[in-house]
Amino acid sequence: MKVFLIMPSRVMARGLEGVFHDLGEFKIEGIVSDISPREEVMMKNMSADAVIVDPAVFAHSLRAVARQQISELTDAAVVAFPSIFMDEETCRQYDAVLSLYDSPAEIVHKLRAAVSVPKDNAASECSELSAREKDILICVAKGLINKEIADIYNISIHTVITHRRNITRKTGIKTVAGLTVYALLNNLIDPSSVE
Amino acid sequence: MKEGIRFFSSDMKMSDLVEMNYRLLTVLSRLDMHAGFGEKTVAGICAEAGVDTEAFLLICNMYSYHGYLPTEEALKSADPLSVLKYLHNSHSSYIEDGFMELEKIMDGLVATCREQEKRIILDFLAGYRKEVEKHFEYEEEVFFPYVISVTGHNASQDYSAAIFEENHSNIEEKLNDLKNIVMKYLPPTCDRRLANDALYALSALSEDLEKHTNIENHVLVPMVNRLESKKEA
Repeated sequence: MKVFLIMPSRVMARGLEGVFHDLGEFKIEGIVSDISPREEVMMKNMSADAVIVDPAVFAHSLRAVARQQISELTDAAVVAFPSIFMDEETCRQYDAVLSLYDSPAEIVHKLRAAVSVPKDNAASECSELSAREKDILICVAKGLINKEIADIYNISIHTVITHRRNITRKTGIKTVAGLTVYALLNNLIDPSSVE
Repeated sequence: MKEGIRFFSSDMKMSDLVEMNYRLLTVLSRLDMHAGFGEKTVAGICAEAGVDTEAFLLICNMYSYHGYLPTEEALKSADPLSVLKYLHNSHSSYIEDGFMELEKIMDGLVATCREQEKRIILDFLAGYRKEVEKHFEYEEEVFFPYVISVTGHNASQDYSAAIFEENHSNIEEKLNDLKNIVMKYLPPTCDRRLANDALYALSALSEDLEKHTNIENHVLVPMVNRLESKKEA
């Protein structure tokens, strides 16, 4: 398992290095002491399973959304290792919170649990297209615009757009030409109906 | 202590750069740099190839690190003409190698399909190829000559990088669509043994095109913006 450390305190970073070195289960992929654009690029390109961060790197006003900021860069679990006092509310955003007084065993225990937390994935959608989505897809493939589709089915343009977004999410196909190929291959439309 | 990500530098060996990311071989070949680097440094090989080292490093970093954005400093010290050379040579390599290869694989993939299915898929690819060629043609005939004129301080007044940026469309979208079609909705009559080849080729081309667009938007355009404002001042 690989971890990435964001630790302004060299001593704390060395402490974790020592713990991980002794146990061998965790490898440190990188250590940084700050989050600047350069570090952000590093984090986007790393493959660590967990990021361990001392929330002291974030300005006080940003601490409440610190986890979110890291999650925008990486899918890794985010674990706090605070050198400063953190209230319960702030702690709750992290997948785990390590304490300066945790034993090495406790640290490992918490990290393992944090990494195995299933992330609630909004895109866990794997269903087939619904009947209505197929109707809309057929119209799109035939070259109708949103307004025309809305009129045919007596629904709002907003609803048409939502359907189209769902079609793209499920199929992974974005362009009208691509959706037309999908419709043709699935025999939803007749080749003669596309010019 | 192991470092996380190292960015490339001019005094490292070219062989180490390739070791760090072998995909950069594509970049190198587009700049007429070929294996047999010996112990020469990045700067040394660049000098031999007549490519500005700073521009080369910018391209390598953009190519290797997702989300990498060049600093003002880097943009200032790199030569736009070397970036242009890379982009121009990439265009030929997409048309001459990338598409040729992809078309060959796709032809084989659908060879066993019903005539109608074959036509649907190959027409989509042919339509896409035309679109890309038109896109490149515009850059080669309008934008690139403009960039050259700006570097020579005699740019026309009726065109600017802003106009280019506004009309710069996203060309890898359709390729991603095709990737999804091959991955998920291939007719069972296809030669499925070739599906992997097709997916590798599609993924590689789409990734490369995305990087190409990023280099245009985040390296070349800001460079030209800077030259334009210098000219006005």
